[in-house]
Amino acid sequence: MGRLNVELCGIPLDNPIIPASGTFGYGYEFAELYDINILGTFSFKGTTKDPRFGNPTPRIAECPQGMINAVGLQNPGVEKVISEELPKLSKCFAKKVMANVSGFSVEDYAYTCQRLNGCEQIGWFEVNISCPNVHGGGMSFGTSPEAAAEVTRAVKNVTEKPVIIKLSPNVTDITEIAKACADAGADGISLINTLLGMRIDLRTKKPIIANKMGGFSGSAVFPVALRMVYQVSKAVSIPVIGMGGVSSAEDVVEMMLAGATAVGIGAANLVDPFICRDIINDLPGVMEKYGIENLRDIIGRA
Amino acid sequence: MKQGLFEIIENVELAENVYRMRLKGDTSAVAAPGQFVNIRLDGFFLRRPISVCDCEGEVLTLIYKVVGHGTEAMSHMEKGSLDLLTGLGNGYDLSLSGQTPVLIGGGVGVPPLYMLAKRLTEEGKQVKVVLGFNTAKEIFYENEFRSLGTEVYVATADGSYGIKGFVTKALEGMKYSYFYTCGPEPMLKAVYKNTTSQGQFSFEERMGCGFGACMGCSCKTLTGNKRICKEGPVMKKEEILWEG
Repeated sequence: MGRLNVELCGIPLDNPIIPASGTFGYGYEFAELYDINILGTFSFKGTTKDPRFGNPTPRIAECPQGMINAVGLQNPGVEKVISEELPKLSKCFAKKVMANVSGFSVEDYAYTCQRLNGCEQIGWFEVNISCPNVHGGGMSFGTSPEAAAEVTRAVKNVTEKPVIIKLSPNVTDITEIAKACADAGADGISLINTLLGMRIDLRTKKPIIANKMGGFSGSAVFPVALRMVYQVSKAVSIPVIGMGGVSSAEDVVEMMLAGATAVGIGAANLVDPFICRDIINDLPGVMEKYGIENLRDIIGRA
Repeated sequence: MKQGLFEIIENVELAENVYRMRLKGDTSAVAAPGQFVNIRLDGFFLRRPISVCDCEGEVLTLIYKVVGHGTEAMSHMEKGSLDLLTGLGNGYDLSLSGQTPVLIGGGVGVPPLYMLAKRLTEEGKQVKVVLGFNTAKEIFYENEFRSLGTEVYVATADGSYGIKGFVTKALEGMKYSYFYTCGPEPMLKAVYKNTTSQGQFSFEERMGCGFGACMGCSCKTLTGNKRICKEGPVMKKEEILWEG
């Protein structure tokens, strides 16, 4: 095993780096920039049962050290993902991919996962119960332990693949939700999704985002994400994917010390499309500097 | 798309709040007029997308208006290097121009039309250019367009220079084979209604990444959903679906 290897829910990863859902499309466009097989894996664009255009524009607002997005789960729908996106991905990515799935009812989640379950390329499901940008779904499942457990059970019923539940930070006690998911059979937890945020344009005196609010991400949220990863990894015994504002190899090490088995990179991809490649290249040097032999040995050491 | 460091070789004010920056670096990804670059600025999270005004050899010319803190910071830069993503967006399709195209630009929508006018005149086309500004002190590049050998019409909304009124006033009665336009959305809508040929429009939207990853700048068209930064910013008249 190499120094960067980790294992995520029984599947080995060459390194813990996972571009986060919604910042990496279905992968093939980044494959034009560099060989994406160097990644641990990546989580593809949040996929729903039906195609979605998402929210009206503007969907993006800048913030100090971060950004707000209110894309609203734009995606071509699960059937097109199976018939078009995954075949395109198979031409440039030989590893197992993480399927990010969202829905508006428990049945939606189960249906979409069931449709994707037959895809050999998919290694894990990442079930998004934390999208702040859609009404009547998404985050509403991630803010109640009962609803989170219900979605977890429904998805576990339709697949043997590892099921990772992606949690919202927009709750009073994230460990309570994480525990409910773990008790319902989740194989892993990923966190954090974006923090609900807002900006107002001083000229128009109106919200910049057409949907008024959106999800805040970027390096500004790193300390909040790190704290929550620390809390959740102490509260549950299943692996945690830590994400939120990670933008350097040092941040990756810090996330792993806090308890992350693997680390998601989100908004940073949008500013620097080569960041995941660069972080993977930088990791050995950073490990050297801090006397870390193997990354897997530092998980939760803080 | 390419990422590269560019050296600032010029940054001057051309008109009120409008600056021209010339940068030197690897421009090999710039494939067509109407494409844009995305510039990383110290102290700002998101890059700033700016359309390419001209590209000759290793020199890239950008014209930008100070509209917020990012472009304000850009306007104070004197030297140093900038991290650019180049070759973004589809750019204009020159093959449809016919012999006598007209280029219609409004305000900071004017710059990408310069490289387009240059390429079209190099191909031997008889190019007309209609430039619209709010007022005389905002005018830039009138002479630069004339130097290319194009027929230039300038309109100002307040009548302080040239034709009094909007670009559509200058288009009245004009004969042309095709049009290319870039400018604020109300102008684009007016051009859509008041043109007699087919043509291409360049759109603006707040962007996250600028290279197709985030779906931040999506729009609906008659030929399906498009990302302004990737399948755009240029769209053909026949595919445009106006909303709102």
